[in-house]
Amino acid sequence: MQLTLWTYEGPPHVGAMRIATAMKGLHYVLHAPQGDTYADLLFTMIERRNVRPPVTYTTFQARDLGGDTAELFKNACFEAYERFKPEAMIVGASCTAELIQDDPGGLAQALALPIPVVPLELPSYQKKENWGASETFYRIVRALCPANSNPSNRNPKSCNILGPTALGFRHRDDLNEIRRLLERMGVTVNVVAPFDARPSDIARLGDAAFNVILYPEIAENAGRWLEKNCAQPMTSIVPIGIGGTRDFIAEVGRLSGIDTAEILAEETSRLPWYSKSVDSTYLTGKRVFIFGDATHVLAAERMARTEFGFDVVGIGTYSREYARQVREAAARLGIEALITDDYLDVEARIAELHPELILGTQMERHIAKRLGLPCAVISAPVHVQDFPARYSPQMGFEGANVIFDTWVHPLMMGLEEHLIHMFRDDAEFHDGASSHLSHATKKAPMPDPVAELHPVAAVPLEAGWAPEAEKELKKIPFFVRGKAKRNTERYAHDLGLAMITIETLYDAKAHFSR
Amino acid sequence: MNLPFRVPASEPSAKGCVDQPILRERGQREVFCGLTGIVWLHRKIQNAFFLVVGSRTCAHLIQSAAGVMIFAEPRFATAIIDERDLAGLADIDDELDRVVNRLLDRRPDIEMLFLVGSCPSEVIKLDLKRAAQRLSKLHLPRVRVLNYSGSGIETTFTQGEDACLAALVADALPDTKPASLIVVGALSDVVEDQFNRIFAQMGVENVGFLPARHAGSMPAVGPETRYLLAQPFLNDTARALDELGAKHLPAPFPLGANGTTAWLKAAADYFGVSDERFALATEAGHKRAEKALAAHRETLTGKSIFFFPDSQLELPLARFLHEELGMQLVEVGTPYLHRQHLRQELERLPAGTVLSEGQDVDRQLDRCREAKPDLVVCGLGLANPLEAEGFSTKWSIELVFTPIQGYDQAGDLAGLFARPLNRQARLGGL
Repeated sequence: MQLTLWTYEGPPHVGAMRIATAMKGLHYVLHAPQGDTYADLLFTMIERRNVRPPVTYTTFQARDLGGDTAELFKNACFEAYERFKPEAMIVGASCTAELIQDDPGGLAQALALPIPVVPLELPSYQKKENWGASETFYRIVRALCPANSNPSNRNPKSCNILGPTALGFRHRDDLNEIRRLLERMGVTVNVVAPFDARPSDIARLGDAAFNVILYPEIAENAGRWLEKNCAQPMTSIVPIGIGGTRDFIAEVGRLSGIDTAEILAEETSRLPWYSKSVDSTYLTGKRVFIFGDATHVLAAERMARTEFGFDVVGIGTYSREYARQVREAAARLGIEALITDDYLDVEARIAELHPELILGTQMERHIAKRLGLPCAVISAPVHVQDFPARYSPQMGFEGANVIFDTWVHPLMMGLEEHLIHMFRDDAEFHDGASSHLSHATKKAPMPDPVAELHPVAAVPLEAGWAPEAEKELKKIPFFVRGKAKRNTERYAHDLGLAMITIETLYDAKAHFSR
Repeated sequence: MNLPFRVPASEPSAKGCVDQPILRERGQREVFCGLTGIVWLHRKIQNAFFLVVGSRTCAHLIQSAAGVMIFAEPRFATAIIDERDLAGLADIDDELDRVVNRLLDRRPDIEMLFLVGSCPSEVIKLDLKRAAQRLSKLHLPRVRVLNYSGSGIETTFTQGEDACLAALVADALPDTKPASLIVVGALSDVVEDQFNRIFAQMGVENVGFLPARHAGSMPAVGPETRYLLAQPFLNDTARALDELGAKHLPAPFPLGANGTTAWLKAAADYFGVSDERFALATEAGHKRAEKALAAHRETLTGKSIFFFPDSQLELPLARFLHEELGMQLVEVGTPYLHRQHLRQELERLPAGTVLSEGQDVDRQLDRCREAKPDLVVCGLGLANPLEAEGFSTKWSIELVFTPIQGYDQAGDLAGLFARPLNRQARLGGL
């Protein structure tokens, strides 16, 4: 039994829904009690989809448990077939139906529907959403794609793009970005799946020469099956960041036999120059904490170090399936990875490390807000804000631009706040003329998404500062004053000091500049 | 387009929809389970914590239903059952003790803890009642531990509040005072304060609210207790109150000017408030409500509305929209129809209104598309797809989270229905 305030991933059948909802012509019949239909709103509200997910729930109730829930499932399955006429169906159980052991796969088979029916076994009490999505996609590919080990008549410059789903973190825009990149390279995209794929498209996956795996959490298992049964190699590099995208291009070049020199030469991202420009000096050596799904965490770790010049002081993931890769990345940094799906553990680690920037999920955004730290969101679980109206990929060169802005803005807002603080005695800077941040904070309790995103606000001095020490603190340049204050308070706290004097201030400075 | 508004006859027809046949459906229900009630109950009872004993699905549901609204650390959580618990490898009592201890250590402000049953905990027959008693013994006097079920196999959406309040009644102290009044059903604080002032002006004393704002101040219940239902979904709570000798004061629900007056009148009549004093206490509010409603008539009168089943508030809302705003009722769906509690609502509904109970969502969508109503009231899973098909929709969940009862909220309530139509008119060029 695990105490859970917030959960990073939904149950595995929600992962299956992400596959079903991404596809066309596929229907999911889910044996589940009433209430489990809440999952529809993830797609219709958070992702703002304009159609209902293609899911029929049996919505059994207590009174049905004494009767025949198996019959209920068969009826629901048959009626769904009659009404929606899908090309293929997937069937399975949610957590409660798993306990009553009705065997949806067997029941659906007994109906002898004239379409392929793929049974799913998704153990709800062991596994979670991404595993469920991966398993579902793998089962669908296995069931619908004929093994084809004869690669001779394939266009060597053709690929499938595997991984983008419904309710994915920027999947819609990542797909556009990478599809365009591949097409510019001269690679033909045979099938994209599961996003917008029909069961009949899955059947022709074998026509491509290789597979591009955008999100290993979702598509690596299916990719491995295709590698083995259709002799299709797959990409291993996720094109996030400048380095990631360059390496991805090189890898695609090797798989397709295309010369990549030209495409690499015409690289257009602004990130390299923006990071090198003197404006970004203040980014250098910022201590960052990274948490999220493994794909985005690994990419963020590389970018943070090599494309922003940050110090990665903590790294972790809730993707247990990819714990090894994240542990390896942590080991290279000489730190220990945090592998957990317990939000409280993540909070404790952040409080302990006290980073200057958090790259995390919506959960870490809550933590950051509470601790008064800047935070940028890099990974699912998704929030309505993660489906922006504008084009906003994470992948490819445009994705690198988006990430530069996303990570730097929370810090810049902090800087702006310091400037306002510095000039607060000037006539122009009376209380009424403060930045939008202080206005936003006054508007509580209604959460303001702008204030939410930029939690660095001027914190008043706590008791414990001697007046001379406080005066001395104000002499410290504004852009490091916040850090000096935090470090000093932390130092005083660690030593159990009740009063911070000028000596404490400089002792702390010496302590932290080791 | 807009029919002229006529005030209905002051004496509604004796029958209305009372003997109306009801369309009963048993297919896919597109509704929340009772766990969702935690989202508003934890805001209402300020020092209570709700611990769901369930699966990852339960945690994900509450987070999804509430996550967009809650930014501070919530006073709810899920103890997620895992395979070790199911296989009997872990002692479930020990596990629950460990989780509760961790929770209470973290939150010293908590004085009442609800163990909330879920679909999986019901199916594996986890005895949360016994667990609550055991944990109460461990943690009293600091924390009182109660239990109820919010499982989807037993409760639909607002029935979770019913189950919670029934648990509070079972735990209530016996009332020894002379006649007292309890208003039953979670209301927002602002509405509660307004009603309190009106009761005081009427001279009705000893008024309590269930649930109270603090765990320690729940009202006592005894044979002299009379209760008004502020919400239409409180079947089990009413039964628990009846068992303690309390008596229900039948009334329509306090939605709109007429509904609120009739609801207050039921209390006034029982407590012997004179007509003059009642008028003095209510007339100004009633007039304010009517004035506020008038502003929305132009938008709403003559418009047709279709209710998908959700909160059980559908019948009282339909009555209000028809009687006070002149809307035409196409279909009024409700998850359950409690004829006794809704009798006065049924009497006021126009004869011939299609009433449906339960759901077969695909068939109901067919009926809705066929009827082409001007406004559809439905859950969050259906709203955007229906909007994309060209319907105007009102999310029913907002009717549970927003203060809508009483005179001074009547205009806001009408506004919730007018806004989608207003929006449609403004965005017509898109």
